[in-house]
Amino acid sequence: MSPQHRLVVDRIKCDGRGLCAELLPELIRLDDWGYPIVNSESVPVHLLPLAQRAVEDCPVLAIALRRSQVKK
Amino acid sequence: MTRLLDSPERFGPLPQLGVDFIDAIERSGLVGRGGAGFPVGTKWRAVAQRSGGRAVIVVNGAEGEPRSQKDRLLMTTRPHLVLDGAFIAARVLRARRVILYIGERHENARHAMVRALHERTEPERGLVTLAAAPARYVAGAETAAIHFLNEGIATPTTAPPLPFEQGVDRAPTLVQNVETLAHIALIARSGTPSSTLITLAGGIARPGVLEVELGTSIGDAVRQGGGVTEQPKAVLVGGYFGSWMEPAEAWKLPLDHRARLGCGVIGLLPASACPVCETAGIMRYLAAESSAQCGPCFFGLRALADGCTRIADNSSDGRDLSRLHRWVDEVPGRGACRHPDGAVMFLSSALRLFGREFASHEGAHDLRRTA
Repeated sequence: MSPQHRLVVDRIKCDGRGLCAELLPELIRLDDWGYPIVNSESVPVHLLPLAQRAVEDCPVLAIALRRSQVKK
Repeated sequence: MTRLLDSPERFGPLPQLGVDFIDAIERSGLVGRGGAGFPVGTKWRAVAQRSGGRAVIVVNGAEGEPRSQKDRLLMTTRPHLVLDGAFIAARVLRARRVILYIGERHENARHAMVRALHERTEPERGLVTLAAAPARYVAGAETAAIHFLNEGIATPTTAPPLPFEQGVDRAPTLVQNVETLAHIALIARSGTPSSTLITLAGGIARPGVLEVELGTSIGDAVRQGGGVTEQPKAVLVGGYFGSWMEPAEAWKLPLDHRARLGCGVIGLLPASACPVCETAGIMRYLAAESSAQCGPCFFGLRALADGCTRIADNSSDGRDLSRLHRWVDEVPGRGACRHPDGAVMFLSSALRLFGREFASHEGAHDLRRTA
């Protein structure tokens, strides 16, 4: 067991500013209306700092990193 | 076996039931009849564990699905059965409040339920209040019902918290469809649910509500409804969040919780109707019923509906179909509630079954241009 992190979006809060996809294109792309499509896999360790930044910089605080215990 | 619609008007005193009744529910295999088909025992156990005497029971008679009529028929003709189920839930889950959440347009149902309530003498009667569910598709969704009862706004909310954790008055809350509660009343007396209510719509001799034995094939149900009026082109199983099926395949499908029965609407599309136009019309309805809270649902469903409409009107630029196929992969799972998922599942089944019709509609524009 090791701690894993996943990105989760509060779809009601999100209003499609698109900052997250600019900061973390490796895991987030935008749909045709500007709303994020987030890779549901756990965030690779080397991308965690960027993911953290995407979370902190979201102007409407709609994205979070959620910790989950996943069996290896 | 006791069935809902031929059960007696009143069964008499409610049996004394404790928390071990939840075992009986689990053994019966009852799943919710509001649409989601969630195991009822699991839901009750989650509320029971957290209740502490303050749980809230929401009796869900919103019935927002346009073609469905079973819930209002049940409330109108067997209101005591629904109240029995609600009172049993209140007892077993030690509830502090019971709220009858009935669609604002279902007047006969509301009157019958209120009349029945006045005939009751159990202490649970004192827990009951009445609320009118707005006539919107999403108003019957669990979190939308709770949002409405707490704040007067019938739109879904982000979960968690789930209703059993924090619902009405922030208390553990059971939101349960009225037919499901009526089955609970029968389980308390005889053990297992043996039937289900469905609504037959479209090209059928006797449209309306039918109670069928669980496991009855759709073909047999249609025969019980007087048979088809015209050879159908397709069958919509489960209402607007359901799936289009080939008639030959649908006839064999047994009506039980393994079939994606949804709210139990079986719609027959006559062969003379255009499936693309029908699909576009339903998509426009579902897009308009988005509560406009989540971008992928509000913009996505509108774009999907517009694309379907252009194809149906032969005014597509020839790229709509490929866009529809891309969007049905991108939109699901990206709303706070399951509204976009249901709408996309419906459209995907249309694209699968009517692929040729969609393609020839889209091609019709080019033909016209080059002619």
